[in-house]
Amino acid sequence: MTQPAYKVLIGMEIHVQLATASKMFTGAANGFSENPNTQVDGVVLGLPGVLPVINRRAVEMAMMVGAALGCEIASQTKWDRKSYYYPDLPKNYQISQYDQPLCGAGAVELPLPNGEVKTIRIRRAHLEEDAGKLLHEAGQSVSMVDLNRAGTPLLEIVTEPDFSTPEEARLFGEELRQICRYLGVSQGIMQQGHMRFEPNINLHIFDDGKVYKTAITEVKNLNSFRSVERACEYEIQRQLTEFLNNRSAAMQAGKSTRGWDDDKGCTTLQRSKEEAHDYRYFPDPDLVPLHVDADWIGRIKAQIPELPMARLRRYLQMDLTRKEAAALLEDKAVADLFDAAINLKRLPKRIANLMLGAAAKTANALASERGETVLISDLGVGADQYAQLAGMIEDGTVSASAAVTVFESLCDGTGMAPMAVAEKLGLLQIRDASATQAWVDAALANHPQAIDDYRNNPKKRQASLGFLRGAVMKLSQGKADPKLVGELLEKALAKLG
Amino acid sequence: MSETLSAAQVEHVARLSRLKLSEDDITRYGRQLSSILEYVAQLQEVDVGSKAPMSHPLPLHSVLRDDIVEPSLPIDAVLKNAPSKVGAFFTVPKVLDPSAGGG
Amino acid sequence: MSDASLTETSAYELAQRIAKREITATETTRAFLDQIAAHDDTLHAFNETYSGAALAQAAAIDTALDRGEKLGTLAGVPIALKDNLCTVEGRTTCSSKMLQNFYSPYDATVVKRLKAAGAVFVGKTNLDEFAMGSSTENSAFGPTRNPWNTRCVPGGSSGGSAAAVAGRLCAAALGSDTGGSIRQPAALCGIVGLKPTYGLVSRYGLVAFASSLDQIGPMTRDVRDAALILNAIAGPDIKDSTSWPQTPPDYLMDIDKPPEKIRIGLPKEFFGDGLSPEVATAVHTAVDFFRRNGAEIVPVSLPHTRYGIAAYYVIAPAEASSNLARYDGVHYGHRTTQASDLFELYAASRAEGFGPEVQRRVMLGTYALSSGYYDAYYLRAQRVRQLIKDDFDRAFELCDVIISPTTPDAAFELGAKSNDPLAMYLCDVFTVTCNIAGIPGMSVPCGFSSSGLPIGMQMLGPVFSESTMLRLARLYELAHDWQKRRPMIASV
Ligand SMILES: [Mg+2]
Ligand SMILES: [Zn+2]
Repeated sequence: MTQPAYKVLIGMEIHVQLATASKMFTGAANGFSENPNTQVDGVVLGLPGVLPVINRRAVEMAMMVGAALGCEIASQTKWDRKSYYYPDLPKNYQISQYDQPLCGAGAVELPLPNGEVKTIRIRRAHLEEDAGKLLHEAGQSVSMVDLNRAGTPLLEIVTEPDFSTPEEARLFGEELRQICRYLGVSQGIMQQGHMRFEPNINLHIFDDGKVYKTAITEVKNLNSFRSVERACEYEIQRQLTEFLNNRSAAMQAGKSTRGWDDDKGCTTLQRSKEEAHDYRYFPDPDLVPLHVDADWIGRIKAQIPELPMARLRRYLQMDLTRKEAAALLEDKAVADLFDAAINLKRLPKRIANLMLGAAAKTANALASERGETVLISDLGVGADQYAQLAGMIEDGTVSASAAVTVFESLCDGTGMAPMAVAEKLGLLQIRDASATQAWVDAALANHPQAIDDYRNNPKKRQASLGFLRGAVMKLSQGKADPKLVGELLEKALAKLG
Repeated sequence: MSETLSAAQVEHVARLSRLKLSEDDITRYGRQLSSILEYVAQLQEVDVGSKAPMSHPLPLHSVLRDDIVEPSLPIDAVLKNAPSKVGAFFTVPKVLDPSAGGG
Repeated sequence: MSDASLTETSAYELAQRIAKREITATETTRAFLDQIAAHDDTLHAFNETYSGAALAQAAAIDTALDRGEKLGTLAGVPIALKDNLCTVEGRTTCSSKMLQNFYSPYDATVVKRLKAAGAVFVGKTNLDEFAMGSSTENSAFGPTRNPWNTRCVPGGSSGGSAAAVAGRLCAAALGSDTGGSIRQPAALCGIVGLKPTYGLVSRYGLVAFASSLDQIGPMTRDVRDAALILNAIAGPDIKDSTSWPQTPPDYLMDIDKPPEKIRIGLPKEFFGDGLSPEVATAVHTAVDFFRRNGAEIVPVSLPHTRYGIAAYYVIAPAEASSNLARYDGVHYGHRTTQASDLFELYAASRAEGFGPEVQRRVMLGTYALSSGYYDAYYLRAQRVRQLIKDDFDRAFELCDVIISPTTPDAAFELGAKSNDPLAMYLCDVFTVTCNIAGIPGMSVPCGFSSSGLPIGMQMLGPVFSESTMLRLARLYELAHDWQKRRPMIASV
């Protein structure tokens, strides 16, 4: 049977936990705790008589993300109750935003690996509160409720079905994570559930001159980029197979919700249409509407830094490779350090090499020693030091290899200027012609075989030249200027005839 | 809009309300709720024109708090009224379908 | 002064005399506790009394006064709290089996403020379960009786507070009013009850019934006491997003100075069919008093009043169905022993924990919000709500205060309306529109029926007009002695 042509439509709902100090509607601490039910106050617990009060910072963080996603920020928004019974939701309603989201339609540019850029439309983004956690331990006859997570501010972002491949969906997730990290609204630690994804998938299948649209499935609660991509891939195949096996049954199915089994690599049906919830949304009478004026939006927008996408574009124009640019962009602090350094000394390639070479190596070593993340920007080496060191390489004051040694001692936090360090360590490159000539002469005297190869064996000509250059550098203890060494060596060999 | 509730409707509303009703309850509540709904139906005769729904008595807006952490309840206060607990957790009968929650 | 005379003294005077050391907080508290001991078996105004704690509180106040400390405006005054106000002391039950053993870890804002003012809490008063009712018969712990006639209801839902104040079991009390629950029992028990402007008093710690309608207010022997208590509890609270941010005036200031050039509106819709002639006469006589004292009486119309009950019985149950969703037997409250799965745990715990009136309203509200019915019920009721508010706005262009009966009739006998929920709902006909519009309302005693039951008149004013209303009511009470009459409590 030949497979019909089809188009994939994927949209995503993403829940981002906002890294405020306190919860969405109350002062209890927002953050991870090992001890169950310790970040809980009366409001989180949903005690009789308690009332919610909106966290200003959460609103501002949501506005910031909305603005970064090109969303229109609503001038008026309100809060609604969404009713459903579950033990991790003590009030049995979630405070959310139903028909007046804080952030309206927007669009983001998603760079694809082939260099193209795709526009992804954002439908809306709204604020709400997270639920707690229900733990189902094997062998226990009960499920256990921990409310630490309950009441955490959540930003729910909904995209239009603009992803045509599972890879695009994953890339978007990664980009969104980076945007949130740049904005400082989330650390984006996936293992801790800082971001959760719910892709909506369906297919438009072209067969016998008609278009068949398969029923949309929503895959709930994915918390890794890999699972987003895999779940979408699985769903595409499943929907296609179901359509091919029993077209009429597949076409009659309604929208469904599925769960992802990461071990088995498949989705399973969770909730059928018949049991669909009736959420009974209505405006929360405990909260008053929120008005957002242009002034406030302006102040928030002014706090938005240059975002990763724009930086990527800028870095690529600086003759950095995509890989280098991406590595620098990964963490905003690193990219900021890089930008500060190139502003002092316009040597992007050299500064990038220092940061992604010597600095990255040191950071990684420290990280595995300490068992925690260590960023390049955590090494205590400042932009001015990077700029100066890059300049020293550029003008031949130190060799690239000596620069690594200089860098390592900068990491000791001496705060000394690279030039002073290089001097102290005796690593300054020697460009004195007579001193260099003496090392060249000595090297030639020590290696007659190499001279012979150079002169008589065309196949070994390059190799022997390299060998002799190495010998000169060794004699100079790495301080000779390699360019000058090359020139003097070739001159001397030519003289030898 | 019918103002008389069928037994099936009462059962549906009871289910949404998480109330376990007996057959007698369903009959009695069905009758009482129907008579209330019949009374309430007079709202349909009001000419509301283009009146916006009023959800707040006062013209208040933008009431916000600063993002400042305040103390949580001590764990014994959190669990003080808990009808069933294990360690520091509240407990419920084992939930077999973890998707039964909301979204 | 004998103990009996202490319990006949107003809260205002008690506070003055305690502050001046003419009497002690301890003897005052003891006098009211004696009244409770003598009559509460009959009245069942209280769900719980705090005799020990109250005497300790009173003793601490006396000691502080001995040391010459300056205390709050209510130092030593015995006050009762409706049992839907959260207190760290004792239980907060809402007269529901659901919360029969619930201990709040925090005090409601009003409780904190009364404590700061030095009030002595004598106990928590009975109410219709979760404040749903107009007779206090819907209490899981049995009904409260009217001190004027113990075969009659005290009204509701703040019936316990009303009976306690009327029966001299406390100097003053707090109630809550969602559709008339302060004013209606105040009228039926012959006391003063004030429902403040929505947002004037913090709702934090009031167990929610219908959040956009609920307000806490004073229930007192006289008007000046209402001003005294309101002073202590009113004002902004950062814990309640719906509380009005401005500092309220001092309601006692000029309390004895009548407002000048007052225009009193009489809404014809409040004097129509179904109003008992005795009540009509009493209210008209009161209006005549104001006319003789220089008030201009103007006819006003509130044409959407007739839709008040219908709108109310959509909006209030809708909010209640959501507010009461939290009582599910998981984190606190009654939990069934019969459940094997989660759904059953919820459904059985709630069916066992809630009485029939609460179940009815929860289902009614759930229905009104459910898919397919939301627009026709909830949304439409909220539009009608706006029309009702517009009516008041227009009326208050013509007058400063509206006067009407508080209730269509005096107190009815226990059981008279228990089998017909709709008939019970219609008791609120004159009181609900005030909550719907968010304006202040007050019930003031204005006479007695031929059978010796109290009658109340209702005053309604524009938002934040409490000062005017209190001064007007004070003018009336100084010229009458209704509130000085004392019920003879007959045991049953
Ligand atoms: Mg969702
Ligand atoms: Zn959500």
